[in-house]
Amino acid sequence: MGEITIRRQKIKKDRVKIRLILFGTLAVLLILFSFFSEHLTPYDPYLQDLNLAKQPPSWEHPLGTDRYGRDMLSRVIVGSRTSIFSTLLLVGIITAVGTAVGVVCGWRGKGLDTVLMRISDMFLAFPGLVFALAVSGALGGGLQNAILALAAISWPKYARLARSQTLAQKETTWMKAAKLSGSSDWKIVCRHLLPNIMGPILVTAVLDIGTMMMELAALSFLGLGAKPPIAEWGSMMSDTRSLMTTSPWITFSPGIAIFLSVMIFNLLGDTIRDYADPRRR
Amino acid sequence: MKKYIIHRVLQLIPVLIGITFLSFAMMRLAGSDAITELYGDKGAVAQEIIDAKRAELGLDKPFFTQYLAWVGGLLRGDMGVSYVSGKDVFGTFISKLPATLLLTALSIGMTVVISIPLGILAAVRQDKFTDYFLRFFSFLGNSLPNFFVALLFMQIFSIELKIFPVISHGLSIKSAVLPTLTLALAMSAKYMRQVRATVLEELSKDYVTGAKARGVRSFLVLWKSVLKSAMLTIITLLALSIGNLLGGTAIIESIFMWDGVGKLAVDSITMRDYPMIQAYVVWMAVIYVLVNLMTDLLYHTLDPRIRLGVVQDG
Repeated sequence: MGEITIRRQKIKKDRVKIRLILFGTLAVLLILFSFFSEHLTPYDPYLQDLNLAKQPPSWEHPLGTDRYGRDMLSRVIVGSRTSIFSTLLLVGIITAVGTAVGVVCGWRGKGLDTVLMRISDMFLAFPGLVFALAVSGALGGGLQNAILALAAISWPKYARLARSQTLAQKETTWMKAAKLSGSSDWKIVCRHLLPNIMGPILVTAVLDIGTMMMELAALSFLGLGAKPPIAEWGSMMSDTRSLMTTSPWITFSPGIAIFLSVMIFNLLGDTIRDYADPRRR
Repeated sequence: MKKYIIHRVLQLIPVLIGITFLSFAMMRLAGSDAITELYGDKGAVAQEIIDAKRAELGLDKPFFTQYLAWVGGLLRGDMGVSYVSGKDVFGTFISKLPATLLLTALSIGMTVVISIPLGILAAVRQDKFTDYFLRFFSFLGNSLPNFFVALLFMQIFSIELKIFPVISHGLSIKSAVLPTLTLALAMSAKYMRQVRATVLEELSKDYVTGAKARGVRSFLVLWKSVLKSAMLTIITLLALSIGNLLGGTAIIESIFMWDGVGKLAVDSITMRDYPMIQAYVVWMAVIYVLVNLMTDLLYHTLDPRIRLGVVQDG
C-alpha cells in the first residue's frame, strides 16, 4: 500500500515536472516573441492605407485590416510587446514594493509595522478595480498611469504575504544563530531571509500575471490605459468596437491574443504552484 | 459574540477614515478642483473672481479643513454638484445604485446556480472525465477577460441571433440577461474551483471515511454532513468575491449600456467629473467593507465552533 502511494506520487511529480518544462518554455517563447515582435511583423503595423480598409481575412492579411487599412496581424503582433511588457513590469513593481514593505514590517515590527500595515489595510478596503479605475481616472489615463493605478491597489497583498513569511522565519533557530553570530541586519535579510521567503511570493507573482494582464487590458479598453495609435490589445478592441457588426475579426483577434497569453501564464502559474506545494492539487 | 460585534464595528472606524481620506486625497492628486473646471477653458478670468469663488467654495482653506468639510458633507448626503451636468452628485449616484445592485444580485444568483452544483460534481468525480472536463472549462473561463466575453456574447446573441437587445432599454429582464451571464461566467469559473477544493477537503476528513465504513450511503454522507460543513466556507468565499464583482460591473455596464453606477463612473472618468468619481469610489468601498463585515459576522454566527467558543476568535 505504502509503496504504491509513493509510486503514484512520483508519477504525479514527474507529470508536474513535464508540465512545468512545457509551460515554462511556452511562456519564455511568448516573452521572447513579444520582445522581438517589431521584427516579426509582415507589414508596418502603423502604416495606413485607406484603400485597404476593413478587408476580411485573406492570404495577404490573415487577420484582415482595420478601418485605416492597417494589417491586423502586424498590429496584434506588435501589441504583444505593449501588453506583455507592461504586465510584467506591473507584476515586478508590486512584487518588489510589496516584499520590501512586508520584510521591513516583519523584521522591524513595532510602530513602523503598525503604521505600514494600517496603510495597506486602507488600500485593501477598496474593491480592486473600483480603486484602479478612479486612480487612473484621476491621473488622466495613459499606460504609465494605468500601471501605477493597478500597482497602488495590488501591493498590499504581497506586503502581507512577505510580512507573515518574515515573521515565521524570524523564529527559526538558524535565523537566531545568524543573529547571534553577529551578522548585520542587512546581511541576514539579504543572504538568509530573502532566499527563504521568495518561493511563495514568486508563486503568487506568477499566478497574478494573467489577472494583471486582463485588468490592464480592461483599463485600456475603457480608454484609461494605452492610447491609440499605440498597438495594445485592450485599446485595439475598444477602438474597433464600432466595426464589430460588420467586421468582427478586427475586434476579436486582439481579444484572442489576450486570451491565449493569459492562458499560458495561468497554466505556468498553476503548474508552479503544484510543483512548489504538491498537497494542493 | 456581542463583544466580537462591537470589536469589529469599532475596527471599522479607522478603515472608513482611511477610505474617505484616500478618496479625497486622490482627487486632489488629480490637480484639479472646481475652480479649474469652472474657469479653465474660459481664457483669462480676473484673479479677484477666482479668489472670490475659491473663498466661497472653501478651497482657500488648508487641506485638512477641506477634508473635514468634505466628510461632513458626505455624512449629510451632500457631495457637491457634478462638474458636467450641475446636478446633485449624491442624488445621481443613489438613483443609479439600484440598477447596479440588481445586476450584482442577479450575477451572484446565477453564479451560485452554476458553480455550486458543478463544483460538487467535480469534487465527487475527482480525477475522472467529468472532473477534468469541468476543470478545463473553469480554466478557460479564468483566462477570458470579461469585456471580451461581453463582446462575444453581444456578437453572437444580439447581432447574429438577434435574441437580446444590443443596448439595454431600462431595467428589463431581457437586457439583464447578457450582462448577468457575462459577470456570472467569470465568477463561476473561479468559484467552481473553490467549491471543488472545499468539498474535496471535507471529503478527505476522517468522519467521512468513518461514516462510509459504517455503511452509510455515500449520497447521504455527502448531502447531510459534507455539504453542510462545506457550505459555510462556500458562502464566505462567495460573499468575499462581491468586491471583485463591484469593480467588474463597471466595464460590463458600460459595454451593455446598463444604466448603473459603474457606467456612471466610467462616463464621469471620461468627462473628468471628479465629484462623481469621488462619490463612486467612496460609496463602493463603504458597501464593500459593510458586505465583508456582514460576511464575517454571519460566519461567526453560523459556525458552532466559533459561536460556542471552542475556537478562539481570529
